Amino acid sequence: MIGFQVVVLWSDILIWLLVAAGAGVGVLIAKSPPLLAAWRRVGANRVGMASATVLLAFVLIGLLDSLHYRVQMDGKPGQKVTYAIEVLSVLDALAAPLRLRNEKTYSEPFATRLYAKETIDLPGGGTVRDYPRLKHGGKHLGEHENEMLADAGFTALRAAIVGFLAWLAVVGMATAAVNRESAAVDVTGWQKIWRGETAFAWNAVLITLGLILLFVVPLFWLAGSYHVFGTDKVGQDVLYQILKSVRTGLIIGLVTTLVMLPMAVLLGIVAGYFRGWVDDVIQYLYTVLNSIPGVLLIAAAVLMMQVVIDTHPQWFSTAAERADLRLLALCFILGITSWTGLCRLLRGETLKLRELEYIQAAQAFGVSNWRIIIRHILPNLMHIVIIALVMDFSGLVLAEAVLSYVGIGVDPSMTSFGTMINNARMELGREPVVWWSLAAAFSAMFILVLAANLFADAVRDAFDPRAV
Amino acid sequence: MLKVENLRLGFTAGKQTLAAVDGVSFAISAGETFALLGESGCGKSVTAQGIMRLLPAAGRVLNGSVSLDGDELLSLSEADMRAYRGGRMAMIFQEPATSLNPVLTVGRQIGEVLERHRSLAGAAATERMVELLRLVGIADPERRLTEYPFQLSGGMKQRVMIAIALAGEPELLIADEPTTALDVTVQAQILDLLSKLQAERGMGMLLITHDLGVVARMAHRIGVMYAGELVEVASRDAFFSRPRHPYTQALFAALPEVSRRGQKLTTIPGQVPVLSAMPSGCRFADRCRQVMAQCREVSPPWREIDAGHVVRCHWRGEADEAVVSGHVVTDLNIEPGRPFLDVADLKVHFPIRRGLLQRTVGHVRAVDGVSLAISAGRTLALVGESGCGKTTVGKALLQLIKPTAGSVRVGGSQLVGMKAKRLRAARRHMQMIFQDPFASLNPRMRVGEIIAEGMTALTRDADSAAQAAAVSALLKQVGLPDEAAGRYPHEFSGGQRQRIAIARALAVQPELLICDEPTSALDVSVQAQILNLLKKLQEELGVAYLFITHNFAVVEYLAYDVAVMYLGRIVERGRAEELLRSPQHPYTQALLSAVPAPRLEARTAVIRLPGETPSPANPPSGCHFHPRCPQAMDVCRQRYPETSEISATHTVNCHLKG
Amino acid sequence: MLAYIVRRLLYAIPILIGVNLITFALFFVVNTPDDMARMQLGVKRVTAEAIQKWKVERGYDKPLLINEAAAGLAVVTDTVFFQKSARMFVGDFGRAEDGRDIAREIGARMGPSLAIALPTFILGLFVTVTFALTLAFFRATAFDFWGVVLCVAMMSISGLFYIIGGQYLISKVWRLVPISGFGAGLEAWRFLILPVLIGVVSGIGSSARWYRTIFLEEVSKDYVRTARAKGLPETIVFFRHILRNALIPILTGVVVVIPLLFMGSLLTESFFGIPGLGSYTIDAINAQDFAVVRSMVFIGSVLYIVGLILTDISYTMVDPRIRFE
Repeated sequence: MIGFQVVVLWSDILIWLLVAAGAGVGVLIAKSPPLLAAWRRVGANRVGMASATVLLAFVLIGLLDSLHYRVQMDGKPGQKVTYAIEVLSVLDALAAPLRLRNEKTYSEPFATRLYAKETIDLPGGGTVRDYPRLKHGGKHLGEHENEMLADAGFTALRAAIVGFLAWLAVVGMATAAVNRESAAVDVTGWQKIWRGETAFAWNAVLITLGLILLFVVPLFWLAGSYHVFGTDKVGQDVLYQILKSVRTGLIIGLVTTLVMLPMAVLLGIVAGYFRGWVDDVIQYLYTVLNSIPGVLLIAAAVLMMQVVIDTHPQWFSTAAERADLRLLALCFILGITSWTGLCRLLRGETLKLRELEYIQAAQAFGVSNWRIIIRHILPNLMHIVIIALVMDFSGLVLAEAVLSYVGIGVDPSMTSFGTMINNARMELGREPVVWWSLAAAFSAMFILVLAANLFADAVRDAFDPRAV
Repeated sequence: MLKVENLRLGFTAGKQTLAAVDGVSFAISAGETFALLGESGCGKSVTAQGIMRLLPAAGRVLNGSVSLDGDELLSLSEADMRAYRGGRMAMIFQEPATSLNPVLTVGRQIGEVLERHRSLAGAAATERMVELLRLVGIADPERRLTEYPFQLSGGMKQRVMIAIALAGEPELLIADEPTTALDVTVQAQILDLLSKLQAERGMGMLLITHDLGVVARMAHRIGVMYAGELVEVASRDAFFSRPRHPYTQALFAALPEVSRRGQKLTTIPGQVPVLSAMPSGCRFADRCRQVMAQCREVSPPWREIDAGHVVRCHWRGEADEAVVSGHVVTDLNIEPGRPFLDVADLKVHFPIRRGLLQRTVGHVRAVDGVSLAISAGRTLALVGESGCGKTTVGKALLQLIKPTAGSVRVGGSQLVGMKAKRLRAARRHMQMIFQDPFASLNPRMRVGEIIAEGMTALTRDADSAAQAAAVSALLKQVGLPDEAAGRYPHEFSGGQRQRIAIARALAVQPELLICDEPTSALDVSVQAQILNLLKKLQEELGVAYLFITHNFAVVEYLAYDVAVMYLGRIVERGRAEELLRSPQHPYTQALLSAVPAPRLEARTAVIRLPGETPSPANPPSGCHFHPRCPQAMDVCRQRYPETSEISATHTVNCHLKG
Repeated sequence: MLAYIVRRLLYAIPILIGVNLITFALFFVVNTPDDMARMQLGVKRVTAEAIQKWKVERGYDKPLLINEAAAGLAVVTDTVFFQKSARMFVGDFGRAEDGRDIAREIGARMGPSLAIALPTFILGLFVTVTFALTLAFFRATAFDFWGVVLCVAMMSISGLFYIIGGQYLISKVWRLVPISGFGAGLEAWRFLILPVLIGVVSGIGSSARWYRTIFLEEVSKDYVRTARAKGLPETIVFFRHILRNALIPILTGVVVVIPLLFMGSLLTESFFGIPGLGSYTIDAINAQDFAVVRSMVFIGSVLYIVGLILTDISYTMVDPRIRFE
């Protein structure tokens, strides 16, 4: 048994706080019928629920990647226990084969040999220029490299069957749940699900889940013996990088909004409710911030942050910690530059709300202003906040890629969609083209962002009765 | 001319289609006005839109036939139908403010029709447009053609709408609540205009309205709609003298008017059934006083009573012998004692800021020196048209809007300028009930929390058991079930919501309730319920009302004292019976005569006011009313008239009486 | 109306001062000039003399806000704030790390930036508005549905993908136009066509969907019903009535970016090797040239505020309600 030391990064704290907050909000929603009704509408939206299933898969990966530890170093008994410099996560442990089986350099997906020719020493002496065999990819094939296709196909099929069986088990559970809910005898739960007669869009969730299982189970099964998405310049598995990028994307997309949320909500409501000079000051503040073009403000702030980080290396005990803090700082910077839109929206809405008669009725009772804000205004703005939260997510994930490309994004040592693209884009000029890294990063990002956009639409439709 | 047969119109919701109009048949001949009468949600507007084939996106024509001079309209292609729309048949809508395109000039919007249907363009079109505007009574038509809708007043916008409708020389004019959004004096002008134009041109007119007064003023024949069906069709004479359907009779009985003072109004219990749960028999059965067993099973067939008077009802009785019960307390029982609320020279001015530095260049004198007094247990009605400042008075009394000057004394303490802490304690004496029952309740709070809010804010005792008991007592008092406390506002109808609002106001046991048009958003039958409730509460609790309204029928029924407001000032005040019987101010006289009466007999003298209420930012010099006054003299242009006493309780501000 | 515009212009002044203060705080207070010098010269093995020399060369050796050593007006003028921040108001941006005058560099680079950004903007606006109008015209049909699906898919694709993919496919595989570069005069079109095309395509998704929402909101208004009740054909209802009203909200988002077109696009310019302000900014970021970044922040804000004022003016042109105020 190897000892280990739990490492809690700042971003881990925030992520798990978010999970806790999500659970807390869930309890609150369950207690408030109007909000519950809105979420039920989301639940009935097939596209929304299908995309939520996909998002959940991403979130699961992100959460697994947010439990960090350091492995104990081998040492003589009696010596002071030391831990490895490298900070690992539970995901790293689960995907250890992917992480550890590094090749020398580029290799195509499912390749058994490297991408470039090298001079190889022949066993009997002498050398030959050829594509060397990979150290790990397709090793089990031995001499039968040409059977790769058959082997992969067969493995995929077996895995698909396992995936299908797993799916059937989930369907069975869902059917049982639906059956227990309604006592209708003439239609079974399965029929109701299939015809889309359930209040919750079970059919969309199950179909999406089926597709995910049919794709993911074979993928990981194959990943045990091949580099399914190829390897990059330093021979690292691309699939592993994709998995690691998910957490970065999620943190940027969620933490940023949460950072700016309190400020946007508070200032927006205060400006709209009290008006007068308070309103003038807040309006001035966000007009000033707003008039600096976003990318430039971010660039300036990130540059300054870099200087701070680089001139204070003593603050960080590990590289992971430094990268992590830089990621959080990026979230804060993005948050500070992006709260103005929501703040303006909330101010406008508060201006409208404060003229409503139920607010005036409360004022006529002499209810204090802060109590009016908390009991009357805030609950009636919640839908805007929720819509903003989900709508911003996809934009931020996309922004991360661009910023990292420009050089003002996450730490270059941190894996993210942006750094992956940045590292791989020069390779399009090679002959033959190294396309797999880019393709994998773009596809994964597309799936994540598309799911987020579709889910956001579903949420907006459910919460905003005015939306078309 | 127009023939509608068995028209069924529905709305699709998901996979199902619900019929909002279910088998309506009627005919209109040239030169005739046919009124479709009914409460909200009964399908009358949908019928009109169906005839024009202008249903909203979810609307569907299910079956039936609509023919104009024998041409079937429902089977026409959309392109052919356009030749009819705006040409042989035209339509005007309820909201003139939103029905005109805000970024196109008046001329452009009329010109479109001339170009489309009369192939007029250029100078000929301009000439015709000027003619049309003159026809609908717009002064200086050449200038108006180049103006935009926002530069016109509400009444003028509706006149422009009428000009647009007339531009295609229609044979049939469909008017969908054409005066509901307008003030009474302007309503009178528009109704006059419509009937004059109709008579001149021999147009057929389909008039959609909920107002029995408008029906009496305009219609030749009347069809009463209920829950998507026509239930009675009769000529004007028969309709007003011998209404036969219990629903029609109930509509009449629910009207508040002076002859019913001291009586309880007849109400229609329950509400219109929703589309998805229509009863299989007679749709009115659940709310009908005359209901019989067969009503719930068989939908009644048409039955002819006289020539041209048909009714769909199983009941063969004549008139509804309503049991009239009286209110216990009438105005004679209460003598005005020491005033509980005393307002002197109240002013609310809003600054107008203009120019580079946003300097104050003037003031909107929303309330400009209002004095009034209410003693305990009495009802004062504050009457006036929109924009006269009556709602601002109500809010300024409660200090929701800070008064610019004047004094508001409640039970002896001065509210104006009071410190926030003491003001909070003083607020319990006075509460407000608002106009819109949908905006006055927080949708995110339970009814129980809504009602308890005032108690927690004012009494500060946090005994939740006592509070729950108080809430349930209040709910009972306003006629709502106990379990309502746990539900949310959206589960209640408009009338029920207004009951909740009343309970909320009563929770702090105020001595005075300011009611800001509490029934204007409600149907007649529901209005009757609320008025009865207010009367009952006054008897039980001795609460005084300041009743802000534009509706004279309600004033006649409810008020002990009346004050009439015009442009921020009270022009006449007095005991209700004095003021209503012998109004002294020309404005009061005109206002009273402009209200269309829901009766057969015509008014004796009809005073029509020209123009509309001017802006309070720039009131006319001298007497504010002089530009519209039929009896204006020279002195009226120079000086605002002093208050003159007609009797000990009746005063008026008019040079004629000075 | 003139008073209205003058007031908007006056309102811009305190905002610009605010922007100036924020940039000053960001660049000189968060990190001291010493930190920046250490950064530029390499964190390790840097002598105090080298730092001092670096500061003197760039004028960062003065006090930040108040120079107590100076006399008279120089107390405030002979400071970092006045020399480096306040002087930006008169167009003096100082020198870049390579010693070149920033103001002159900006002047020279605006042209190429505009050559890409302007056609992209005009063509993009035309394409998206047309597309959105078509979707709204065929609302609630299969065409509309799939159009919206296409929009959502397109807005879910990273902007980097449009550039990298487009460059690879059109320039490398099909060899239709040069991959990157910029030429002067009329020959430039060969270099411009691809970035413009990519710029237009990458913007379609989100804007077309947004415009469609605006159009649909107008479609449900009462005046549209009036227009239909006049018997007008649907095309006239759309182009005369709906389009005009929908232009008002569309203008808010569109006019404000026009002045910012001068700034060019960071991504496009760096990928296509166009010597505009976008690539200038990116190079400065990568070289950590703070003077250039600071200048670009300030210019960007000025252009944005100009955009706000232009928006106000354009309102008065399309909306009679404001014109006649």
